[in-house]
Amino acid sequence: MSRWVGDRSLIACLRLAAATTGSVVLLIFVFLVFESWSALEALGLRFVTDSSWHPASDPSEGTFNLTPMLVGTLAATAGSMLLATPLALASAVFCNFYAAPRPAQLYRRMIELLAGIPSVVYGFWGLVVLVPLIRQIEPPGASLLAGILVLTIMILPTIALTADSAFGAVPESYLQASAALGLSRTTTLAAVVVPAARSGLFTGVMLGTGRALGETMAVLMVCGNVVQTPASLFDPIRTLTANIALEMAYALGDHRSALFVTGLALMCIVAALVLLTEAAAERWTVEGP
Amino acid sequence: MSPARRAGNVYARGLGRGKGDGFLSTAVWLAVALVVGAFGWLLFDVVRHGMGGLSLSFLLDGVESSGRAGGIGPILVSTLLILGVCLLASVPFGLATAVLLAEFTDAEGSFGRPVRRSLDVLAGVPSIVFGLFGNALFCIYLGMGFSILSGGLTLACMVLPIFIREAEEGFRAVPDEHRLSAAALGFTRSRTLFSILLPAALPGIFVGLVLGVGRALAETAALIFTSGYVDRMPESLLDSGRSLSIHIYDLSMNVAGGESNAYTTALVLVGMLLAINGTASWLSDRWVRKRWMTH
Repeated sequence: MSRWVGDRSLIACLRLAAATTGSVVLLIFVFLVFESWSALEALGLRFVTDSSWHPASDPSEGTFNLTPMLVGTLAATAGSMLLATPLALASAVFCNFYAAPRPAQLYRRMIELLAGIPSVVYGFWGLVVLVPLIRQIEPPGASLLAGILVLTIMILPTIALTADSAFGAVPESYLQASAALGLSRTTTLAAVVVPAARSGLFTGVMLGTGRALGETMAVLMVCGNVVQTPASLFDPIRTLTANIALEMAYALGDHRSALFVTGLALMCIVAALVLLTEAAAERWTVEGP
Repeated sequence: MSPARRAGNVYARGLGRGKGDGFLSTAVWLAVALVVGAFGWLLFDVVRHGMGGLSLSFLLDGVESSGRAGGIGPILVSTLLILGVCLLASVPFGLATAVLLAEFTDAEGSFGRPVRRSLDVLAGVPSIVFGLFGNALFCIYLGMGFSILSGGLTLACMVLPIFIREAEEGFRAVPDEHRLSAAALGFTRSRTLFSILLPAALPGIFVGLVLGVGRALAETAALIFTSGYVDRMPESLLDSGRSLSIHIYDLSMNVAGGESNAYTTALVLVGMLLAINGTASWLSDRWVRKRWMTH
């Protein structure tokens, strides 16, 4: 029997390690709650009711309105999703229904490389190339629009690659049946492929949204970082993530704690997105396409 | 998707073209041209402006006048040290988790399911949140301060889900016959794991490793408040060290006249990442093809 003891202890070790990696998320959550507790207690609703964002370490001296930055984050995310989703879907359609295998593979490889380029490089490129271009149209250049454009290029690969594998997983027989019925590509895509691949498409869009919401460096570098509710695409904005990156270096007391509240909020939104996506994917898999 | 699989797709071979497809075709080609154009523009821009400053001395020299002059020697060293810490911490835990999820537990069981869910959420956590967490836990609570150690450990948490996903795929790709034969020979499960499954899953593990390195190398936001800004040559893991990505950020945002060196650093970083990610996808392609051929 003794030779199985090794197995038992091996599995125990593996379980311990897996439990550790599995609890990293919990640990992050606990730390965020722990660090943001004092601001949550002291400020509460003031995060939306205060007159502006002029934080101070003592809550009675500063104002803590996060709404303009929340609006900035949402505007940048929504704008980039609106641009990136059609481009990404078209990319996936191209790979699966237009290009011959070799160019499709080449294009796919390019998108993969695009996915690997660091956000700071996208931000830098946006700063030195896009911002001056936008400045020529309407100053100051560093704006919501610049953020949307850079985010679009950044999240496009995420959506495109997920959509590509979702399209790739549509059973061949569906396509053959559709072709046998003499359906055009447009009809095949709209009536056969997209409904069959909806779970994967939804996952891609959700992953892209999460990525856009959480992106820091690129928006920090191109958005101008003025705390205001944008009135037009050319207004500078500051996102929640950029705010953390900008102020963390000198924040103390409840100001620091308020930044952790922002982090906690972001984490909750992203976690909700991920869990929602998985629940949806699961339901669609059970029901079948 | 393998070319063999796609060959059965009649629409990929130019067939099935019908009335009313003009709009779709135009839109698709336009979108593809836009994406290729943007990619080409970015890459061309970085290469054109970065090439001029690239030399061996740029890679080896110390940073002078906040990065306007000199090279990136200490920054390369710090980056490699951060990567080293990250891998040393994440690989053992990641490998053990991947083995457990793939071989020793029901993936949707009462243990596997929560672990998997939490890893999925972890994969989506924004990098700035990792930065906050790393700052609170490693720098302050555990007293490591702004250091290469703090930065590396923060990145380790971040790359875990990527590494585990690929490594797990590696184990799942090992055919069941291997496990059955080992069991028939009376191997213990530990023996099966170490002498059969682990070697067979190496390609997947390696791909995971490479992708993890790529992710860690690209990261900036999680490092600003964990490994810090110091651009001197680090003397120990407890020294603060600036990564390549932070160097680009600092040069372009905080240092007037740092643009040209920022370009060169960006070229170095993008070059490294393209090489790393290219290797990963080449490897996984080769490995998939091999699997197709042996089955």
